[in-house]
Amino acid sequence: MKKQEQRDLFPGALEMMILRTLKRQPLHGYALVQHIKRTSDDLLQIEEGSLYPALQRLLKEELVKAEWGISATNRRVRIYKLTLAGSKHLQREVSRFEKMLEGITRVLAPGES
Amino acid sequence: MNWLKQLLSRRRAYDDLSNEMQGHLDEKIEELVAAGTSRKEATAVARREFGNVTSMEEDSRDVWRWLSIENFFTDVRYGLRMLRRNPVFTVVAVLTIAIGIGANAAVFSVVNSVLLKPLRYPHAEELVFLHQTAPGAAGLTDFENGLLLSPSMYLTYSQHNRTFQSLGVWVTDTANVTGLAEPEQVRVVAISDGILQTLDVPPAAGRWLSQADQVPHGPDRVMLSFGYWQRQFGRDRSVMGRNIVIDSRPREIVGVMPLGFRFVDTDYDVIVPLQFDPAKQILAGFGFHGIARLKPGATIAEANADITRMLPIWMDSWSNGPKTNPHIYETWRITPMIRPLKQEVIGNVSEVLWVVMGTIGLVMLIACANVTNLLLVRVESRQQELAVRSALGAGWGRIVRGLLVESVMLGLLGGVLGVGLAFAGVRLLLVTGPANLPRLSEISIDAGTLGFTLLLSVLSGLLFGLIPALKYAGPGTSLALRSAGRTISISRERHRARNLLVVGQMAMALALLVSAGLMIRTIRALRTVEPGFIDARHLQLMRITIPGLPGGDAIQATRMQNEIVDKLEAIPGVKSAAFGSEMPMEGFDSDWDEIFAEDKVYSEDQIAPLRLYKHVSPGFLQTAGTRIIAGRDLTWEEVYGLRPVVMISENLAREMWGTPSAALGKRLREFNSAPWHEVIGVVQNVREHGVQEKAPETVYWASLQGNPDDPRPPSFLETVTFVIRSERAGTQSLLSEMRQAVWSVNSNLPLASVRTMEDVYGKSVARTSFTLVMLAIAGAMAMALGIIGIYGVISYTVSQRKREIGIRLALGAQSGDVVGMVLRQGAKLALVGVSIGVVVALGLARLMTSLLFGVTSHDPLTFAAVATLLILIALLACYIPARRAMKVDPMVALRYE
Repeated sequence: MKKQEQRDLFPGALEMMILRTLKRQPLHGYALVQHIKRTSDDLLQIEEGSLYPALQRLLKEELVKAEWGISATNRRVRIYKLTLAGSKHLQREVSRFEKMLEGITRVLAPGES
Repeated sequence: MNWLKQLLSRRRAYDDLSNEMQGHLDEKIEELVAAGTSRKEATAVARREFGNVTSMEEDSRDVWRWLSIENFFTDVRYGLRMLRRNPVFTVVAVLTIAIGIGANAAVFSVVNSVLLKPLRYPHAEELVFLHQTAPGAAGLTDFENGLLLSPSMYLTYSQHNRTFQSLGVWVTDTANVTGLAEPEQVRVVAISDGILQTLDVPPAAGRWLSQADQVPHGPDRVMLSFGYWQRQFGRDRSVMGRNIVIDSRPREIVGVMPLGFRFVDTDYDVIVPLQFDPAKQILAGFGFHGIARLKPGATIAEANADITRMLPIWMDSWSNGPKTNPHIYETWRITPMIRPLKQEVIGNVSEVLWVVMGTIGLVMLIACANVTNLLLVRVESRQQELAVRSALGAGWGRIVRGLLVESVMLGLLGGVLGVGLAFAGVRLLLVTGPANLPRLSEISIDAGTLGFTLLLSVLSGLLFGLIPALKYAGPGTSLALRSAGRTISISRERHRARNLLVVGQMAMALALLVSAGLMIRTIRALRTVEPGFIDARHLQLMRITIPGLPGGDAIQATRMQNEIVDKLEAIPGVKSAAFGSEMPMEGFDSDWDEIFAEDKVYSEDQIAPLRLYKHVSPGFLQTAGTRIIAGRDLTWEEVYGLRPVVMISENLAREMWGTPSAALGKRLREFNSAPWHEVIGVVQNVREHGVQEKAPETVYWASLQGNPDDPRPPSFLETVTFVIRSERAGTQSLLSEMRQAVWSVNSNLPLASVRTMEDVYGKSVARTSFTLVMLAIAGAMAMALGIIGIYGVISYTVSQRKREIGIRLALGAQSGDVVGMVLRQGAKLALVGVSIGVVVALGLARLMTSLLFGVTSHDPLTFAAVATLLILIALLACYIPARRAMKVDPMVALRYE
């Protein structure tokens, strides 16, 4: 199976960002992408569409839930919301990621050893 | 159930997804347009930044799918479509498999019910049959059951054994029940204490016969079978405690055994206690069947050792009377040979069933070979399709799986149809099968059989699917795309698989046909044996019991029997009538004992050879058609006059005095104080125990026995077989006239075991004819499948070689050459198959040696005849395509490209 969202990111990164964003507030797909792009100052090059397979995985694992609603621009959209399990999952993933990042940073840090 | 909910709501989820993605694009476009981009430009940008919509959608959907299973269902759907597209192929293949599987399932259900399942008693594995042999007892080998137990043996064994929880003896009998409705003859089992404890099946109502019921001269009690209770009393529980009159003796009903309870393998109506009196027992009286329940953990070897230990105790504890040596039985070398009860019930039918199962299995293999051949042809024609699929990116594993799914589906379709056939087959078997097949009532198609059928369907599907699948879908098949035309001639290797299959089919067909042929020879051999009676079809039999009343007059009872004979003979169309203890092969327990000749010297400490005893009325031999070789028959004057005369069989006369005529006038007696009887007739040998068994040495006594000088009254046979010779034997009209005749003498006498001698004879060869029928069916199926196989292969090669044949003809080959070429190919296959088949058949036939009679397992005539027949038919099958080859028009064939 092809995993396009992994082209530029490590596995699970996109899901983590989605969960983090949804923790702030429930959003629909388009707003979610815009938020991630904006927040990352367009540093992360992701295909907007790759958001959807990731969202489906999160839905299946019941880390998020979705409901049809009306967006701020008066469109009929599906709004994603973090579940309790999703919130816990995010916490775990973030702490794991921080450990990993710390390790990578140490290895990459010049001249200490 | 979560996955189920997911599965059901999936379509909506997919729609949501599409809508959502479209919404995303729309929103983006709107925004870009609002920012001043042209709509066209905006659409392009939005699509670029979104990525591949279709691929994203697919990936999103994949999240929800259970991939391997769904691919499998796709394969199933595809397979079904392919099967539907080629209905002729599908129907032929499914029918072939269905017949194969149906036959196998039917036979398996019989094997499973009869051989594999435990008997229907609690802990049936502990039950044993107390079989004994006595190799030192001359004459005993004539009796099927070995040495039965005597009451004194039972009493000793049950008192002194260390390996049994319980043991008991029983004997079957018949009796008249009067006072209910019409007088009726019922089947009686007389049991000792310990029998019911051993079988351990609780009663359906009331209680078991208890030890108290076994006390001699105690109250007379009886248990009923469920069937008899239902038939006579409508399952009325209030009959407990009531009396029924059995052989003029009222007995109190104490209990009913449950439905389906069989006494080892006998059906019965009532159970009565034996009431042995220990004070009156002697060593002899070997007439009882013994069964026992082993203690947990005890083995049969230990039980045998236990009985061996008790035999001296038995000889020390009992006697045959004053001045007799109890240890005389040591010369008999009595040896316990305890068998599992199941083995005793199944008897010698197991080898028949295994032979049938094996042959049916072979038929299944042949059917699979045929379907494989069909599939090979089909896959060959589908090569382009497979190559295209492979070119489009299907891995070869996936293609193999697809093909296997298809063939397994064929197998399953065949299996479903096969189960239907099996149901019909089992019904047919129950109707036509040997009536004496043990546990017949237990045969059914159960979960085990269905499981076996499912397994067989899947396995056969895999078996015949694997060969074509691996052959054509293996790596490197993409070549086929290029060579997909007809121009490439078929490679040798492709032929090899098909040829091997045909050779295998021919071999198996030969083996089965040889087995069937040997059985035909056996039946023919059996038919030529002189059984000691003639024209069995026109001999009517019936059994009548005249209960001996205490102090009753035996002469009066004999007059009653005589009167019945006279009335029977007065029926129009009846040539003659008579009675005797039994007709040959009727299967009633035989009477046997020693016999002493006046002019021979017998050693004191040896038991003389045992001889079969029969009691007959005057005219019995003549009515049955048993020839009198020397001397004459009994007369009624001699019977009523209690004259000491006797007849003997030819083999006994020859053994004692050399020739039949030398035996006339010699004198015999039964025991020391018995009167001497003069031999007045020597009678043809009679195969009493079946045509396959040797005729026993037999002594024919008069039915009325007594000594005018003895104060004790004479004795007569209570139960006898009446035999009537008439062209009308077996007809209802004769039967009702017989009934009238009997009831005009005594209206209380029921007629039992009414049948013709042909029925009795048929039953005695039922095992052989059943085997023959099964083998003949299997052989015919195998031959038909084999012939279709060889025809298919040859005609397919001819169609493939049309161009080559066209060239040959164009170059001047004569049509005779072409026919010869094709026939040679067929003959080669047939010959190789037949040669291998001969080897297989030699092995198979060896297994059935015990079923054969009058023919060896390697009978050259059968082998030669079957081989010739098979080769001829194979050549005939090849001749049809060969003629087609001959008619190939060279021009047409060459232009074909």
